[in-house]
Amino acid sequence: MPTLIFEKQAYQRNPEETVLDCLLRHGVSVPHSCRSGVCQSCLMRSIDSDPPAAAQHGLKDSLRQQRYFLACACAPEGDFTATLSGPVLIRFPARVISVEKLSRRIARVRLDPAGAFDYRAGQFINLARSDGLTRPYSLASLPYTEDFLELHVARHEQGRMSSWIHDELQPGDEIAVSTPIGECCYRPEQPKQPLLLVGTGCGLAPLYGVIRDALHHGHTGPIWLYHGSRDREGLYLVEELRGLARDHDNFNYVPCLDSPAAGDEDVTVQRAHEAALARHADMKGWRVFLCGHPEMVKQTKIKTYLAGAALADIHADPFQSAAP
Amino acid sequence: MTQSLYEQLGGEPAVNAAVDIFYRKMLSDNRVSRFFEGVDMERQASKQKAFLTMVFGGPAKYTGKDMYEGHKHLIKMGLNDSHVDAVIENLGATLKELGVKNELIAQVAGIANSVRDDVLGRGH
Repeated sequence: MPTLIFEKQAYQRNPEETVLDCLLRHGVSVPHSCRSGVCQSCLMRSIDSDPPAAAQHGLKDSLRQQRYFLACACAPEGDFTATLSGPVLIRFPARVISVEKLSRRIARVRLDPAGAFDYRAGQFINLARSDGLTRPYSLASLPYTEDFLELHVARHEQGRMSSWIHDELQPGDEIAVSTPIGECCYRPEQPKQPLLLVGTGCGLAPLYGVIRDALHHGHTGPIWLYHGSRDREGLYLVEELRGLARDHDNFNYVPCLDSPAAGDEDVTVQRAHEAALARHADMKGWRVFLCGHPEMVKQTKIKTYLAGAALADIHADPFQSAAP
Repeated sequence: MTQSLYEQLGGEPAVNAAVDIFYRKMLSDNRVSRFFEGVDMERQASKQKAFLTMVFGGPAKYTGKDMYEGHKHLIKMGLNDSHVDAVIENLGATLKELGVKNELIAQVAGIANSVRDDVLGRGH
């Protein structure tokens, strides 16, 4: 009888029994609904092997690649290990190339992954210090033109990882990175689709990757980036982004500040998502990328959806820059 | 052989198209929007998909108990017949927008109405 390991507990599974049926038979409470492979309520993730194809029917490619599967449609041949919890951590060593201050609050970290590291612009990785402290950071680099991984790290007052990166991390140090995760990525199949990108603070990192990926693919639809911060220290790569906007007629860059100071006359004085929603009332057919402050992401997700963007076209990374 | 209701409506692609419109109508509807406050959009959309698959006559294996369990926290918030009416109304408007014939809309509304007592916890 094959063994099913779910959240580190082992269960005997009858041959041909689905993962969901097995867990329910053993009295394990897991989310589920239609039991027909349609509703995706019972989404889980395989830890050790690729799930059967039938168990991944209807899932987005990015989820498939990360071994997500539907428990109600999953009857693997042999032993199988599944989890409901977040990203599976497979770690690779990487070497620090540089730690550079882009402002007093933002550091740009470039890493050299040992060996080939396959990812898509806009995905994120988990960064793990040798003592196990782990935090997610989005990738701002482009996989096919840059041979380093680039992360943007905002210093948080009480942030153990961000303080360590800002104060102690040195070129040459080794750090562990996870496999890339996430679907905050450009889709080249729709080159004319209007794109809205809203980021606060270091939420710019994945958007910077996505925008350059889109432009590199010759995207012709309008691209609007609203980058917001409470003050100038959180606005970074301003000159690079202005340069991109000069070079590409379809790319529009709108830096936003909550409370501007002297010398900030060149930015929009409004919260980034409010500026975006005010200018783009009809989001039908748009693709939306939201990264940064969790409350901003949550609100803007609903508002862009109500303004007409399809659910499948709204991508969000709410974990970045929880602190200002 | 006649096609099932689910096939006539267009199967899974039709469900996907309907979810987007239906959930947007529900969130914009003052009568029912408060029941969705603070709920994760992705999880909610997948529940909408399961619900629409069921009322389209598709391969859903909901039981009356599932419908009751899934809504009992909302009954505490005041869920009643008027809200079920609003759901069926939004469902009808969604299908109309997608160009579905009145006769099929009536069948879908009938299925939705058939779970009313389970949703509202009558008989549980």
